[in-house]
Formats: sequence, C-alpha cells, structure tokens
Amino acid sequence: MCGIVGLFLKRDELRPQLGDMLTDMLITMTDRGPDSAGIAIYGDEAEGRVKITVQSDTPDTDFEGLEPALSAEIGVAATTRVIDTHAVLSVPSDKEAAAIAWLEARGLRIMGSGQSMEIYKEVGLPKDVAARFGLRDMGGSHGIGHTRMATESAVTTLGAHPFSTADDQCLVHNGSLSNHNQMRRKLAHKGVFTRSENDTEVGAAYISSRVADGDTLGEALEGTLKDLDGFFTFVAGTKDGFGVVRDPIACKPAVMAETDDYVAFASEYRAFADLPGIEAARIWEPEPATVYFWER
Amino acid sequence: MTITLDMAQTDLRTVNTTLQAAAKGQANEAYIIENPRGSHAMACGLDGALDVTVKGSTGYYTAGMNKDATVTVEGSAGPGVAENMMSGVVTIQGDASQYAGATGHGGLLNIRGNASSRCGISMKGIDIVVHGSIGHMCAFMAQKGNLVVLGDAGDALGDSLYEARLFVRGSVKSLGADCIEKEMRDEHLTLLAELLEKAGADAKPEEFKRYGSARKLYNFNIDHADEY
Repeated sequence: MCGIVGLFLKRDELRPQLGDMLTDMLITMTDRGPDSAGIAIYGDEAEGRVKITVQSDTPDTDFEGLEPALSAEIGVAATTRVIDTHAVLSVPSDKEAAAIAWLEARGLRIMGSGQSMEIYKEVGLPKDVAARFGLRDMGGSHGIGHTRMATESAVTTLGAHPFSTADDQCLVHNGSLSNHNQMRRKLAHKGVFTRSENDTEVGAAYISSRVADGDTLGEALEGTLKDLDGFFTFVAGTKDGFGVVRDPIACKPAVMAETDDYVAFASEYRAFADLPGIEAARIWEPEPATVYFWER
Repeated sequence: MTITLDMAQTDLRTVNTTLQAAAKGQANEAYIIENPRGSHAMACGLDGALDVTVKGSTGYYTAGMNKDATVTVEGSAGPGVAENMMSGVVTIQGDASQYAGATGHGGLLNIRGNASSRCGISMKGIDIVVHGSIGHMCAFMAQKGNLVVLGDAGDALGDSLYEARLFVRGSVKSLGADCIEKEMRDEHLTLLAELLEKAGADAKPEEFKRYGSARKLYNFNIDHADEY
C-alpha cells in the first residue's frame, strides 16, 4: 500500500497556495504510507537555466562551500538554495550534464533536475518530511506527492518516490511491478541506467526512455500497459502537467476531482476533504487501462 | 427524533459506537452525519432498525455488514461499500468504488451513480441496483441475488457465476466464463419490476436483458479443463 496525491492548478492566482494544499493532501495519506514521503513541485523557472536537486545525509559538511566549488568546476556562477538535507542548485542548461557528473562524484544523491521541477523526499512520517522542507510555503503550477509503505526495496531516501529519470519528468506509483528486473536489464542494454533497486524507478526509466525515443508521454504511458507487469496506479509529472494510468485489473485505488480551479488526484477521497470547493467538484474514478492527461 | 453528529467535532469511533448502540437499542431513530470527509468504515456493523444519512462522500467499507438499518450516503462511497450486507437498504447518491456489495447476503444496495469494478463479487442473496454503469469483473462467482444495471457493464460480467441473476439494460463489453444471456420470462419481468420500483429507478423491465450461469463449471469436468 502507498498513497499518491496530485494537484494541477488551472488558475495562476492559486500558485502561492499549491504547497499548502498538497501538504494537507499528503499528510492525510499517512495511513497508506508512513515509511517515507516525497513531493515533486513544478515552480518558477529561469530562462536558459536548470535546477538540480541533490540530497545528502550530512548536509552540514557536504553543502559547505558547494556553490563556489561547483561554479569553479563548470566555469560559470551556480546558485544554491539549501533546504534541510536537500540543495537546489541552479546552473546554465548547457552545463547541466557536467554539473550532475561532478555532484555525483562528490557522493551527493541526485533527486532530479529540470527547468521547473524540484524534488524533496526523505524517510519519515509525511508530516515530519513536509515540515523539514517547508512544503507548505512552496508555490508552483502543479505537483505530485507520495507516501510510501515499502514492498520492493529498502526504506531509504533513494527508495522514496517521486523518481525522476529525465529532466522535468517524475513518477509516483502505488503497487508493485513484477518484471522490473527484466526491464532494468533491457533498459541497461539501451544505455538507460537506474540508481536504485526500486521497481518504480524502472517504470520511470521506461517512460523516460520511450519519450527520449520520440514517443509522446501519452504513448509512453500507454506502453506501460503492455510492457510492465504487475499492479500499478501511476501518476507521471511533466513540466506542463501530469498524466494518470492504472493497470487493467485496477485494484489499486484512485479518485479524481475537478473544479474550475484545479484537477486533483488521490488514492482516496479523504485527501480531498480540505480542498476549496470540493463539495461542488466533479468526482470520478479513473477507468482501468486508460491514460488521462492534464496539461497547460 | 433526528440526531445530528458532526464529524468536525466527533471522531469516527464515537460516531460508529453511537450508531451501533442506537441500532441495537431498536430505538428506530434517525441520524444525520455531517462532515464525513471520506472516513473509512462509516456506519458499519449496524444491526437494527435505524435511519442514517451521511452528508458527503465516504471512504472504504461504508455500511459494511449492515442489518435492518437504512443508510444513505449523499455523495460517493469508496471501495467495499455494503460489504457482506445482511438486510436493510444502503443508498449511494453518487458513485461507488470497487467491490460494492461484495459477498452481500440480503437487503438492497441502491447505487444512483456508477459502480466500478467487481461490483457484487461473490454476492450471496443481496439485491444491487446500479442506475449508471458498472466496471469489469462484476458478479464474479456470484451465488445468489439480483444485480440490476441501468447502464452498461464492463468486461467479464458474471465470470464463474452460480445462481445469481444479472439484468443489464445497456451494452455488455464481454461475458465471463460460463455466463450466458438467458430468456427473460414473465417471472423475471415481475421480479425486475419490483426491484426497479424499490430502487426508484426510471426504467422498464422489457428494456433489459437477463444473464445467468450456463452451469457448465459447477463441477470439475475434464472436458472443460480449458475453461477453468
């Protein structure tokens, strides 16, 4: 069991409230996943720059002097925002690959990167994770979150969701995949590598590799129905919105709500209880083996 | 007498204990539950005459094991609504999620919206009326009772069915193993008319088709090995 939440805002005026709304949804899903929690938030972007979110278990020493050292390495000024165990580094887009290689070599864990996406995830109760990162105060256009009850890999930061395997793309998952080892090997043959033993990361890498090969996100999600075996309700985030797909058996729960202001996804209706205007929202259960999309 | 319990102030356990005590006391009271906020196991285990109206949507296992009570949800219900219901009436004004009315022994489950997958799975005598459509694998291994659907049915309807009767007005995406369309006789039209009236459904019995068991999978038969 795990909990998933997602929120896509239709009106820009609501952007400052995104973190607050998502945090309530995430904390309500604690019963479904008390091991770890994580959130991908799509916020501000700067022209020609990417944000790289990194994590360290010893942030005091690892983040000390990180900004000047990275700037010296890539030859231009990087900026850094440290938030608890995470740091968000902004670098010019053409220096992204070099920066990530250097950061990984220093032993930092890469949570994700992209023009607008930031990822925060840690082991612990969702309310504690949310408080550590100040999720409530974060703004943005859309975000997805996950509360984890581990099945397929250890309870670690790297095992927590969301998983990001390409710029501005991420995936959260309720369920378990049974052919992830085989798929991991297939992807490795193509030169696509994962960072953990986790099944969901393979799902994320599968989707990213399809997109890299020229498929649309919709086609990639459609492909999960054929190529991934197991139980899944997936919510995939992109720079422009999010997509939802459930396996054909669809025993993992999912519910959606839509108003003039937002589209919301959750594992259970409970997560919607505090959303404004929920009483008048259109509420429905996404159909099995059907891809849904909301994009701006 | 109508008593209101507001879940903004009263926790779920207190609400359920209060309802269960009232049902046991045969007080025949009416309760209104406000702010259910998608709570799980709302109004479950009621075993006496009691009228409960829930003002909003509920989570897992609403009105489970219901006996004699009348429970109305003025919203949608999560997975497993009216699971193992014995008698009484459970009405969902919105949609019901997976396995609504599973293993139900009796009473009426009246779903005004749509029901999702596995509705009426292993039903054992319950009557289920769905005013909208139903998802896949509904009435799987259903043993007894009636499932009435005014809309469409998804894949594998009535797979491995025993003696439950299935009535569908719209299309059926596919029938499950050993489920076949059957002749609608006078006795079925009469039964269906009664069920539609009880559920307040605006439909004519003649518009429905009846599905039931071909009775080929009841006992192991080596000639049917491919079908198991």
